[in-house]
Amino acid sequence: MDKMVRESGLGDILDKIRAGERLSTDDGLRLYKSPDLLAVGYLANIVRERLNGDKAYFIYNQHINYSNICTNLCKFCAFGKDKESDQAYEMSIEDVKTKVRERLDEPINEVHVVGGIHPDLPYSYYLEMLTGIKEVRPEIHIQAFTCVEIAHLAEISGQSIEDTLKELMEAGLGSIPGGGAEVFSPRIRELTCEKKLSGEGWLKVAKTAHKLGLNTNATMLYGHIETLEERIEHLDMLRKAQDETGGFLTYIPLAFHPKNTELPDLTRTTGIEDLKNIAVARCFLDNFPHIKAYWVMIGPKMAQVALSFGADDVDGTVKEEIITRMAGGDSDQALSREQLLRMIREAGRQPIERDTLYNVIKAY
Amino acid sequence: MERINDKILSGERITVDEGLELARAGELHQLGFLADSVKKKLHPEPFITYVIDRNINYTDICISACKFCAFFKAPEDEGGYVLTHEELGRKIEETKELGGTQILLQGGLHPDKPLEFYEEMLRYIKSHDIHIHGFSPPEVCHFAKLSGLPVPEVITRLQKAGLDSIPGGGAEILTDRVRSETAPRKCSADEWLNVMEEAHKQGMRTTATMMFGHIETMEERFEHLDRLRQLQDRTGGFTAFIPWPFQPANSVLNHLPTATAVEYLKMLALSRIFLDNFANIQASWVTQGPKIAQISLYFGANDFGSTMIEENVVAAAGIGFRLSELEIRKLVEGAGYTPRQRTMDYTLVNRA
Repeated sequence: MDKMVRESGLGDILDKIRAGERLSTDDGLRLYKSPDLLAVGYLANIVRERLNGDKAYFIYNQHINYSNICTNLCKFCAFGKDKESDQAYEMSIEDVKTKVRERLDEPINEVHVVGGIHPDLPYSYYLEMLTGIKEVRPEIHIQAFTCVEIAHLAEISGQSIEDTLKELMEAGLGSIPGGGAEVFSPRIRELTCEKKLSGEGWLKVAKTAHKLGLNTNATMLYGHIETLEERIEHLDMLRKAQDETGGFLTYIPLAFHPKNTELPDLTRTTGIEDLKNIAVARCFLDNFPHIKAYWVMIGPKMAQVALSFGADDVDGTVKEEIITRMAGGDSDQALSREQLLRMIREAGRQPIERDTLYNVIKAY
Repeated sequence: MERINDKILSGERITVDEGLELARAGELHQLGFLADSVKKKLHPEPFITYVIDRNINYTDICISACKFCAFFKAPEDEGGYVLTHEELGRKIEETKELGGTQILLQGGLHPDKPLEFYEEMLRYIKSHDIHIHGFSPPEVCHFAKLSGLPVPEVITRLQKAGLDSIPGGGAEILTDRVRSETAPRKCSADEWLNVMEEAHKQGMRTTATMMFGHIETMEERFEHLDRLRQLQDRTGGFTAFIPWPFQPANSVLNHLPTATAVEYLKMLALSRIFLDNFANIQASWVTQGPKIAQISLYFGANDFGSTMIEENVVAAAGIGFRLSELEIRKLVEGAGYTPRQRTMDYTLVNRA
């Protein structure tokens, strides 16, 4: 099938990928612009199989969105609410512990905790949340607080990012999710989320975490007002940071959902955009071990197809993820383990249940 | 495999055994590349077509009780309906206002309506001046049985009353084992094919479908495709082939899992590759949703099917995708093609 790729004008990129050579930003742009989705997917699949073989990872996790109260109120977000909004909510530490306790009988490996930038919850709240979760479920891995939240916690604690992270780690923080990266370009942040931590600030938190031995993930919110050049610039910044630290585990492209946001006139991403964003990232981010197709965002059908377009991870059995649902995401809220296994096998991959750090819990 | 690839790329017909080998060992990208090359040879123009029409299901009362169907009501059930002419007329006018060129008229196998009932329905609809794509082969066979008339005569009479073309529904899987296990009261594989052959002989165009992903084997899917290909060689009367996966919810077979997206894309690609004498292959956005339907355009589909102003049968199985004409056009453009409205026989429509 190499012939088909050459006919689509991507022969030189094929040669680079076969030789394990790094792609330039121009190469990345050409892949984004190529009308030949199959050729781009084929290239991504070469990288995917070299790095991860036939493995397709998933995790059994629990999502807790502790509060939607947020001072940033980014235009692309349907989740964040002003404190005065009648849709605003916040969980007490006891509420969070109850959520964890309710599911003690399930084989959950990871609690995934993300919230807004809350105007007045004290620093102690976040530390107590971590210790509280550990009290209820001591062995659980806590992946919590995006880089944006971490920067906020450093600010309210009056400490450096490094010292803040050390305290959070002592309280139970196991790793950091990839959210809040959006698109690093200052133009995009100015137009959509001017109050949010800058792209550089985001990368600084991630790199600090990596130096402390804390792994993090990375994301990009695509499909709103960003250009292809801005996407590649974003990926390039991630690739450079990863060259420095090697602390990123997974890159997760996130599809923008316009409903209930301040950008309601934009349309939802199409299937081609979703697959392109996975495939280009897999070709370009040669130093990222994993690429995730987050099925809650793009639907189980697309996530399954993505396993042949560069993705090696589909996230997992997610319950109570409400950030996407608020924006009109219509994926079922949870896939059973059986459904996940079938979906992965039908895609010709081997299902691997993993923990947060990609240790194998069970190979099916 | 290399030999099969070369054969397909050079435009040669593949055998059933070769099709089965592709189904067994073909990778997703490979099937996509091959199907796309077949499609591009047949359709070098950068168009993806669609039709604006409305499904009108004139009744849900049905004596067939197929195990895979979530739509029908048995004659003794409460709540079954038969549409009045007034209701039909309103639906047709709405369709025309939306730029519709045809209606897809199908219904259950009603236990006692005479052939004249259907003739009157056709004449009434025709008075609204719209293309009638109606009465799938199981309905035609059913009318023949109830009226005691031979199938060719039933087709002649329906055509005279206004029927323009016949939809390919009710094909399910064209093997008698699968039909006797899932739809024993529906017409047989031979009867289905015979209706189509007869219609083609009388100058009517028809489509063909396949509903896969229930109890059939891959061999049976290829037997289905092979019988269609043979008939098409004889008559050339099929305009398009439409494969879609069985939707188990609310049917008697609801314990079966739904075919996944990868299985759908592979079957679509295999159909495009195998049915070399079918000009058009339709994507099934109703069962797959807009995203996979768009991806289908790289796996052999050259047509987005119908805008389905109204769809009841898949909706009864709990699948709720809806797409407007504008959304369909955007999806097509997003895939780098020009969307073009067409009629049943794939004539392009130019609307002001």
